Amino acid sequence: MKAQYETRFPALPPTFSIGEKVRVRAAAPLGHIRTPFYIRGHVGEIERFCGCFPNPEELAQMRDGLPAQPLYRVRFRQKEVWPDYGGADADVLEVEIYQHWLERP
Amino acid sequence: MSDQGRYQPLTYFQLMEVSLRELLVEKGILNEQQIDEEVAAMRARTPERGARVVAKAWVDDAFRQRLLMNGTAACEELGIEVPSLRLVVVENTPQVHNAIVCTLCSCYPRVLLGVPPDWYKSRNYRSRMVREPRAVLAEFGLQLGDKVQIRVHDSTADMRYMVLPMRPQGTEGWDEARLASIVTRDSMIGVAVPAVP
Repeated sequence: MKAQYETRFPALPPTFSIGEKVRVRAAAPLGHIRTPFYIRGHVGEIERFCGCFPNPEELAQMRDGLPAQPLYRVRFRQKEVWPDYGGADADVLEVEIYQHWLERP
Repeated sequence: MSDQGRYQPLTYFQLMEVSLRELLVEKGILNEQQIDEEVAAMRARTPERGARVVAKAWVDDAFRQRLLMNGTAACEELGIEVPSLRLVVVENTPQVHNAIVCTLCSCYPRVLLGVPPDWYKSRNYRSRMVREPRAVLAEFGLQLGDKVQIRVHDSTADMRYMVLPMRPQGTEGWDEARLASIVTRDSMIGVAVPAVP
Protein backbone atom coordinates (compact mmCIF):
# COMPACT_ATOMS: atom_id res chain seq x y z
CA MET A 1 0.00 0.00 0.00
CA LYS A 2 1.41 3.34 -1.04
CA ALA A 3 1.90 6.04 1.57
CA GLN A 4 1.14 9.62 0.65
CA TYR A 5 4.40 10.73 2.25
CA GLU A 6 7.60 8.73 2.41
CA THR A 7 8.75 7.19 5.65
CA ARG A 8 12.06 8.49 6.92
CA PHE A 9 12.29 6.45 10.10
CA PRO A 10 12.48 2.81 11.11
CA ALA A 11 8.78 2.04 11.18
CA LEU A 12 6.19 -0.58 11.99
CA PRO A 13 4.50 -2.15 8.97
CA PRO A 14 0.99 -0.85 8.21
CA THR A 15 -1.62 -3.49 9.08
CA PHE A 16 -4.79 -1.81 7.77
CA SER A 17 -5.73 -1.26 4.17
CA ILE A 18 -7.60 1.51 2.43
CA GLY A 19 -11.36 1.09 2.71
CA GLU A 20 -11.09 -1.21 5.73
CA LYS A 21 -13.43 -0.64 8.68
CA VAL A 22 -11.67 0.25 11.92
CA ARG A 23 -12.65 1.13 15.45
CA VAL A 24 -10.77 3.73 17.46
CA ARG A 25 -9.71 2.28 20.81
CA ALA A 26 -11.90 3.51 23.65
CA ALA A 27 -8.95 4.06 25.96
CA ALA A 28 -8.07 6.99 28.19
CA PRO A 29 -4.34 6.87 28.92
CA LEU A 30 -2.59 9.83 30.49
CA GLY A 31 -0.16 11.98 28.57
CA HIS A 32 0.05 13.81 25.27
CA ILE A 33 -2.50 11.99 23.10
CA ARG A 34 -3.26 13.07 19.53
CA THR A 35 -6.43 10.98 19.29
CA PRO A 36 -9.34 13.31 20.04
CA PHE A 37 -11.53 12.14 22.87
CA TYR A 38 -14.78 12.54 20.89
CA ILE A 39 -13.73 9.96 18.30
CA ARG A 40 -12.64 7.17 20.66
CA GLY A 41 -14.80 4.07 20.36
CA HIS A 42 -16.22 5.09 16.97
CA VAL A 43 -16.09 3.08 13.77
CA GLY A 44 -14.84 4.56 10.52
CA GLU A 45 -13.10 3.59 7.34
CA ILE A 46 -9.46 4.04 6.30
CA GLU A 47 -9.41 6.83 3.70
CA ARG A 48 -5.65 6.95 3.11
CA PHE A 49 -2.31 5.89 4.52
CA CYS A 50 -0.35 9.06 5.26
CA GLY A 51 3.04 7.46 6.03
CA CYS A 52 4.84 6.58 9.27
CA PHE A 53 5.72 9.14 11.92
CA PRO A 54 7.37 9.00 15.35
CA ASN A 55 4.79 8.35 18.05
CA PRO A 56 3.91 11.77 19.55
CA GLU A 57 3.04 10.20 22.90
CA GLU A 58 6.68 9.08 23.15
CA LEU A 59 8.11 12.30 21.71
CA ALA A 60 6.29 14.21 24.45
CA GLN A 61 8.28 12.16 26.98
CA MET A 62 11.57 13.16 25.31
CA ARG A 63 11.96 9.70 23.76
CA ASP A 64 12.56 9.11 20.05
CA GLY A 65 9.08 7.76 19.23
CA LEU A 66 10.56 4.90 17.20
CA PRO A 67 9.70 2.62 15.57
CA ALA A 68 7.50 5.12 13.76
CA GLN A 69 3.74 4.50 13.79
CA PRO A 70 1.75 4.16 10.58
CA LEU A 71 -0.65 7.10 10.37
CA TYR A 72 -4.02 6.91 8.62
CA ARG A 73 -6.81 9.25 7.78
CA VAL A 74 -10.00 7.69 8.97
CA ARG A 75 -13.38 8.77 7.62
CA PHE A 76 -16.38 8.68 9.96
CA ARG A 77 -20.03 9.25 9.18
CA GLN A 78 -21.19 12.25 11.19
CA LYS A 79 -24.40 10.39 12.09
CA GLU A 80 -22.34 7.54 13.56
CA VAL A 81 -20.27 9.93 15.67
CA TRP A 82 -23.15 12.14 16.80
CA PRO A 83 -26.51 10.29 16.73
CA ASP A 84 -28.38 13.63 16.86
CA TYR A 85 -26.31 15.19 14.05
CA GLY A 86 -28.51 17.71 12.26
CA GLY A 87 -26.89 17.79 8.80
CA ALA A 88 -27.05 15.55 5.75
CA ASP A 89 -26.67 11.76 6.01
CA ALA A 90 -23.67 11.88 3.71
CA ASP A 91 -21.66 14.33 5.85
CA VAL A 92 -18.36 12.97 7.12
CA LEU A 93 -15.57 13.79 9.51
CA GLU A 94 -11.97 12.81 8.78
CA VAL A 95 -9.35 12.42 11.47
CA GLU A 96 -5.68 11.40 11.42
CA ILE A 97 -5.14 8.42 13.71
CA TYR A 98 -2.02 6.39 14.49
CA GLN A 99 -2.15 2.65 14.04
CA HIS A 100 -1.80 1.78 17.73
CA TRP A 101 -5.14 3.53 18.33
CA LEU A 102 -7.00 1.40 15.79
CA GLU A 103 -8.50 -2.08 16.03
CA ARG A 104 -10.71 -4.28 13.88
CA PRO A 105 -14.35 -3.79 14.90
CA MET B 1 5.99 65.28 30.54
CA SER B 2 4.85 62.41 32.65
CA ASP B 3 4.68 58.94 31.21
CA GLN B 4 1.09 58.31 30.13
CA GLY B 5 1.59 54.70 28.98
CA ARG B 6 -0.91 52.14 30.16
CA TYR B 7 1.31 49.44 31.56
CA GLN B 8 -0.03 46.10 32.64
CA PRO B 9 1.76 43.17 34.16
CA LEU B 10 2.73 40.40 31.72
CA THR B 11 0.26 37.56 31.45
CA TYR B 12 1.28 34.03 32.37
CA PHE B 13 2.00 33.04 28.76
CA GLN B 14 3.81 36.27 27.90
CA LEU B 15 6.06 35.72 30.88
CA MET B 16 6.65 32.12 29.83
CA GLU B 17 7.58 33.23 26.30
CA VAL B 18 10.04 35.86 27.58
CA SER B 19 11.61 33.40 30.03
CA LEU B 20 12.01 30.68 27.41
CA ARG B 21 13.45 33.10 24.85
CA GLU B 22 15.94 34.52 27.32
CA LEU B 23 17.01 31.06 28.43
CA LEU B 24 17.59 29.93 24.84
CA VAL B 25 19.75 32.99 24.19
CA GLU B 26 21.60 32.71 27.52
CA LYS B 27 22.45 29.07 26.82
CA GLY B 28 23.65 29.91 23.32
CA ILE B 29 21.07 27.69 21.58
CA LEU B 30 19.74 30.65 19.56
CA ASN B 31 20.71 34.29 19.33
CA GLU B 32 18.48 37.38 19.30
CA GLN B 33 19.07 37.93 15.61
CA GLN B 34 17.90 34.43 14.67
CA ILE B 35 14.75 34.89 16.72
CA ASP B 36 14.02 38.29 15.14
CA GLU B 37 14.56 36.85 11.68
CA GLU B 38 12.21 33.94 12.33
CA VAL B 39 9.51 36.26 13.70
CA ALA B 40 9.91 38.51 10.65
CA ALA B 41 9.69 35.50 8.32
CA MET B 42 6.57 34.28 10.10
CA ARG B 43 4.89 37.70 9.71
CA ALA B 44 5.92 37.84 6.05
CA ARG B 45 3.99 34.67 5.21
CA THR B 46 0.52 35.60 4.08
CA PRO B 47 -2.42 33.82 2.44
CA GLU B 48 -1.22 35.15 -0.92
CA ARG B 49 1.14 32.16 -1.00
CA GLY B 50 -1.74 29.72 -0.77
CA ALA B 51 -3.72 31.75 -3.30
CA ARG B 52 -0.90 31.38 -5.85
CA VAL B 53 -1.04 27.61 -5.42
CA VAL B 54 -4.81 27.55 -5.90
CA ALA B 55 -4.69 29.76 -9.01
CA LYS B 56 -2.02 27.54 -10.53
CA ALA B 57 -4.17 24.45 -9.87
CA TRP B 58 -7.14 26.15 -11.55
CA VAL B 59 -5.27 26.77 -14.78
CA ASP B 60 -3.00 23.71 -14.92
CA ASP B 61 -4.75 20.38 -14.53
CA ALA B 62 -1.55 18.31 -14.34
CA PHE B 63 -0.35 20.55 -11.51
CA ARG B 64 -3.72 20.16 -9.80
CA GLN B 65 -3.31 16.38 -9.83
CA ARG B 66 0.23 16.57 -8.46
CA LEU B 67 -1.00 18.96 -5.77
CA LEU B 68 -3.67 16.50 -4.62
CA MET B 69 -1.15 13.64 -4.69
CA ASN B 70 1.71 15.35 -2.86
CA GLY B 71 0.99 18.93 -1.78
CA THR B 72 4.47 19.52 -0.42
CA ALA B 73 6.28 18.65 -3.65
CA ALA B 74 3.79 20.63 -5.73
CA CYS B 75 4.33 23.80 -3.64
CA GLU B 76 8.08 23.38 -4.00
CA GLU B 77 7.63 23.35 -7.77
CA LEU B 78 6.31 26.91 -7.42
CA GLY B 79 9.34 27.88 -5.36
CA ILE B 80 7.31 27.93 -2.14
CA GLU B 81 9.49 26.31 0.49
CA VAL B 82 7.42 24.28 2.89
CA PRO B 83 10.00 22.83 5.27
CA SER B 84 8.77 19.81 7.22
CA LEU B 85 5.19 20.47 6.15
CA ARG B 86 3.26 17.49 4.82
CA LEU B 87 0.46 19.16 3.02
CA VAL B 88 -2.81 17.45 2.20
CA VAL B 89 -4.89 19.41 -0.29
CA VAL B 90 -8.58 18.55 -0.33
CA GLU B 91 -10.62 19.52 -3.33
CA ASN B 92 -14.08 21.06 -3.37
CA THR B 93 -16.43 19.84 -6.08
CA PRO B 94 -20.10 20.51 -6.80
CA GLN B 95 -20.84 17.46 -4.60
CA VAL B 96 -18.28 17.91 -1.79
CA HIS B 97 -17.36 20.85 0.40
CA ASN B 98 -14.29 20.56 2.65
CA ALA B 99 -13.43 22.50 5.79
CA ILE B 100 -10.44 22.40 8.14
CA VAL B 101 -10.26 22.51 11.91
CA CYS B 102 -7.83 21.41 14.61
CA THR B 103 -9.82 20.35 17.65
CA LEU B 104 -6.79 19.51 19.78
CA CYS B 105 -4.87 22.76 19.36
CA SER B 106 -4.66 25.03 16.32
CA CYS B 107 -2.64 23.22 13.62
CA TYR B 108 -2.73 25.36 10.51
CA PRO B 109 -0.73 25.49 7.24
CA ARG B 110 1.11 28.65 8.28
CA VAL B 111 3.63 28.32 5.50
CA LEU B 112 0.83 28.86 2.99
CA LEU B 113 -1.74 30.86 4.93
CA GLY B 114 0.35 32.86 7.42
CA VAL B 115 -0.67 33.42 11.02
CA PRO B 116 -4.09 31.88 11.76
CA PRO B 117 -7.04 34.14 12.55
CA ASP B 118 -8.07 34.25 16.20
CA TRP B 119 -11.40 32.55 15.55
CA TYR B 120 -9.57 29.50 14.15
CA LYS B 121 -7.95 29.04 17.56
CA SER B 122 -11.13 29.71 19.53
CA ARG B 123 -12.78 26.99 21.57
CA ASN B 124 -16.07 27.85 19.89
CA TYR B 125 -14.85 27.09 16.35
CA ARG B 126 -12.73 24.11 17.37
CA SER B 127 -15.48 22.34 19.27
CA ARG B 128 -18.46 23.18 17.05
CA MET B 129 -16.89 22.67 13.63
CA VAL B 130 -16.78 18.89 14.07
CA ARG B 131 -20.18 18.76 15.77
CA GLU B 132 -22.42 21.09 13.74
CA PRO B 133 -20.41 22.25 10.73
CA ARG B 134 -23.44 23.43 8.78
CA ALA B 135 -24.44 25.80 11.58
CA VAL B 136 -20.88 27.14 11.84
CA LEU B 137 -20.59 27.63 8.08
CA ALA B 138 -23.94 29.45 8.06
CA GLU B 139 -22.54 31.86 10.66
CA PHE B 140 -19.73 32.58 8.21
CA GLY B 141 -22.40 33.29 5.60
CA LEU B 142 -21.99 30.02 3.76
CA GLN B 143 -25.25 28.09 3.23
CA LEU B 144 -24.82 24.71 1.61
CA GLY B 145 -27.66 22.53 0.39
CA ASP B 146 -28.26 19.03 1.74
CA LYS B 147 -27.10 17.54 -1.55
CA VAL B 148 -23.56 18.78 -0.89
CA GLN B 149 -21.56 16.45 1.33
CA ILE B 150 -19.58 18.27 4.01
CA ARG B 151 -16.20 16.81 4.88
CA VAL B 152 -14.66 18.25 7.99
CA HIS B 153 -10.95 17.51 8.41
CA ASP B 154 -9.64 17.42 11.95
CA SER B 155 -5.94 18.17 11.72
CA THR B 156 -4.77 16.04 14.61
CA ALA B 157 -1.30 14.79 13.76
CA ASP B 158 1.47 15.18 11.18
CA MET B 159 -0.51 16.46 8.18
CA ARG B 160 -1.59 20.02 7.46
CA TYR B 161 -4.62 20.73 5.31
CA MET B 162 -5.60 23.25 2.71
CA VAL B 163 -8.85 23.40 0.77
CA LEU B 164 -8.69 23.75 -2.99
CA PRO B 165 -11.85 25.77 -3.65
CA MET B 166 -13.83 25.58 -6.87
CA ARG B 167 -13.04 28.13 -9.53
CA PRO B 168 -16.06 30.43 -9.72
CA GLN B 169 -17.98 31.04 -12.92
CA GLY B 170 -17.25 34.31 -14.63
CA THR B 171 -13.46 33.91 -14.41
CA GLU B 172 -12.97 32.42 -17.87
CA GLY B 173 -9.82 33.70 -19.53
CA TRP B 174 -8.40 35.25 -16.35
CA ASP B 175 -4.64 34.92 -15.81
CA GLU B 176 -3.17 33.35 -12.68
CA ALA B 177 -2.48 36.64 -10.88
CA ARG B 178 -6.05 37.81 -11.35
CA LEU B 179 -7.41 34.44 -10.26
CA ALA B 180 -5.19 34.47 -7.16
CA SER B 181 -6.63 37.86 -6.19
CA ILE B 182 -10.06 36.32 -5.46
CA VAL B 183 -8.75 33.37 -3.43
CA THR B 184 -9.26 34.37 0.18
CA ARG B 185 -7.75 32.87 3.32
CA ASP B 186 -11.21 31.75 4.47
CA SER B 187 -11.85 29.94 1.20
CA MET B 188 -8.68 27.89 1.76
CA ILE B 189 -9.83 26.99 5.28
CA GLY B 190 -13.22 26.08 3.85
CA VAL B 191 -15.48 28.56 5.68
CA ALA B 192 -16.08 30.59 2.53
CA VAL B 193 -15.95 30.20 -1.25
CA PRO B 194 -14.25 32.56 -3.69
CA ALA B 195 -16.54 35.05 -5.37
CA VAL B 196 -16.15 37.25 -8.41
CA PRO B 197 -16.26 40.85 -7.18
